[in-house]
Amino acid sequence: MTANADSTRTAGSDVLLMGAVAYDPKVVTIWDGFRRWLIGHDLAVDYVLYSNYERQVEDLVAGRIHAAWNSPLAWVRARRLAAAHGATVSALVMRDTDQDLSSVVVVRADSPAHSAGDLTGCVVATGAIDSPQATLLPIDALRSAGLRVGEDLTIRRFDIGVGLHGDHIGGERAAARALMAGLVDGACMIDANHLAFTTEGILNPGATRIICQTEPFDHCNMTVIDSAPAALAARFGELLLAMDYSDPEVRPLLDLEGLTAWRPGRVSGYRALEQAVDNAGFYDAEGRICAAGYRP
Amino acid sequence: MAPGESVEVRGTDRHLGLHLTTWARRQGHRVVGLTVTKGGASGARWQASERAGVPGPTVWEKAPRRWGLAARGALVEAGGPDLSVADLDSKAAVWSDLAPRLYAQAAAAQWDPATAIDWSISPALPDEVEAAVVQVMTYLIENEQAALMVPARFLGRIHPHYREVAQLLAVQTADEARHIEVFTRRALLVSGQLGVSGAGGRASLQSLLDETDFSIASFLLSVLGEGTFLHLLSFLERYAPDVVTAQVCHLALQDEARHVAFGLGHLEEQLRVEPALRPRLRMAMERRHDALASTSGLNDEVFDALVVLAARGWTPDAIGVGHDAVQRLQVDMDEGRRRRLTRLGFSPQEAAELSALHTRNFM
Repeated sequence: MTANADSTRTAGSDVLLMGAVAYDPKVVTIWDGFRRWLIGHDLAVDYVLYSNYERQVEDLVAGRIHAAWNSPLAWVRARRLAAAHGATVSALVMRDTDQDLSSVVVVRADSPAHSAGDLTGCVVATGAIDSPQATLLPIDALRSAGLRVGEDLTIRRFDIGVGLHGDHIGGERAAARALMAGLVDGACMIDANHLAFTTEGILNPGATRIICQTEPFDHCNMTVIDSAPAALAARFGELLLAMDYSDPEVRPLLDLEGLTAWRPGRVSGYRALEQAVDNAGFYDAEGRICAAGYRP
Repeated sequence: MAPGESVEVRGTDRHLGLHLTTWARRQGHRVVGLTVTKGGASGARWQASERAGVPGPTVWEKAPRRWGLAARGALVEAGGPDLSVADLDSKAAVWSDLAPRLYAQAAAAQWDPATAIDWSISPALPDEVEAAVVQVMTYLIENEQAALMVPARFLGRIHPHYREVAQLLAVQTADEARHIEVFTRRALLVSGQLGVSGAGGRASLQSLLDETDFSIASFLLSVLGEGTFLHLLSFLERYAPDVVTAQVCHLALQDEARHVAFGLGHLEEQLRVEPALRPRLRMAMERRHDALASTSGLNDEVFDALVVLAARGWTPDAIGVGHDAVQRLQVDMDEGRRRRLTRLGFSPQEAAELSALHTRNFM
């Protein structure tokens, strides 16, 4: 899949057009609701849905949409792809819950492994091939601990929802189940899902130990291409930041999207993922997809 | 705790720090180590909240749809869908101060059809008397079916703020379900057959089902129909030729008296604040009378069956006595209707006129 910035029509300048990936039916509820609220505040805005992040990023860089609600991996590709096309992207806003997350590698409580290095010769389960939080970042953390993936360590990947950059929780859940079933020695997941799987009973309390935790990283952001109409994009950001959790009209939407407040976008939280993408050879420096077997 | 205040969390779980951080992030709190600083989101959720009235049986004149299904007296978060189905949302439309007490009585007076009636006593009646019982039971079942469906249709339209009314109607519906059961069981007890269903009777009952106004339906069904049935059930209990028939009529009579009490109480209170309802009630009776003018009303088989039961014999003299008893029954029914209409503020003359318009099918 390659970006095609020149051959088709670009988005107009009278309506801010944003993209979102339909990883779940609730995405329609969320963006329909936000759109209605934004229009009610005099912002001409519309959205289009994508089946995967790669197409969304390519359309953003091609100017077919002005903004994209991007996964962290989609941000990394958008930045690289835009630069390769002489454009720039910026992170307009992100959720309060997108900042300072971490991923963990867990083993069963009775495992002989007590540190990442003890996983030599082991099988570690991950989420989908394109999951930043359940594959790329934790695997890179193990790599940093000195393990050679594929040599010292075998990866068992659970490719569920490929193209959704790990938004589909299925891969992580399958990895956790494989761990508890004794099919693998370790499993990778984002911190919030360790709590969620414990609450769901997939991971019994006290039944796992964390042997590796990543440095804090940031998750999604609203990525804007520099060709977007500046006034509309600025107003878009202002209105999102003005959404108030005490407003009963938007609160259910904020609850669905998993935030209590929008924050100004920042890109400092993507350094580890940039590194992980390079180490895994997932994208090249120009944003081309290089990962073997990745078919969104 | 106020937003900005902090609390230090202690615990022994090895994942406490990880789980505390992820939980707090989702709630909009800040965490440093094991110290959580409260954010504003949890308070913001309740900023525009309001109490859905008070918990006790003091109800508001109008119940806002924005309260949804919240319990009366609960703190209701702003937002969420308005209640879309409960259009009976004013005190005047549905409430009676009698409702909480009648509901408590109704709940306490529930009886089990399997044990409240001695089904082991098999009636050994002459064939024509048993046939009369079967015909009357067949008629009662059909009428009780209407008495079940009418409140059931309104039940889902009552705003939960007036919950005692909904609870009372729910029990009323359950009452009718039991009545249908015991009348059916008595009908089938000996012969295993049911009697006839006349077209005129069904037309009369259909006109009850067609009524969409709660107050008018309550007036036609509970005050007039079930009110008239009090006399019928009392008559049947008195002239029942067997114990089981007497018992089923007695138990149904107790329940029906409560239904009539609520209908009367609700309409009395509504008419105090809305006198214009009275002419509408009158018009409803007139309309129903006109609609049923070309129908036969009570079928001959039911009338004859009542005569046979009251006759307690098969001689011409006994039949004459039975016929007189049924005539008296109809006089009693008329007097009862006029008494209840007078309670609702109709003049004695109006009450007499209106009572005469009541369906010949009794219900």
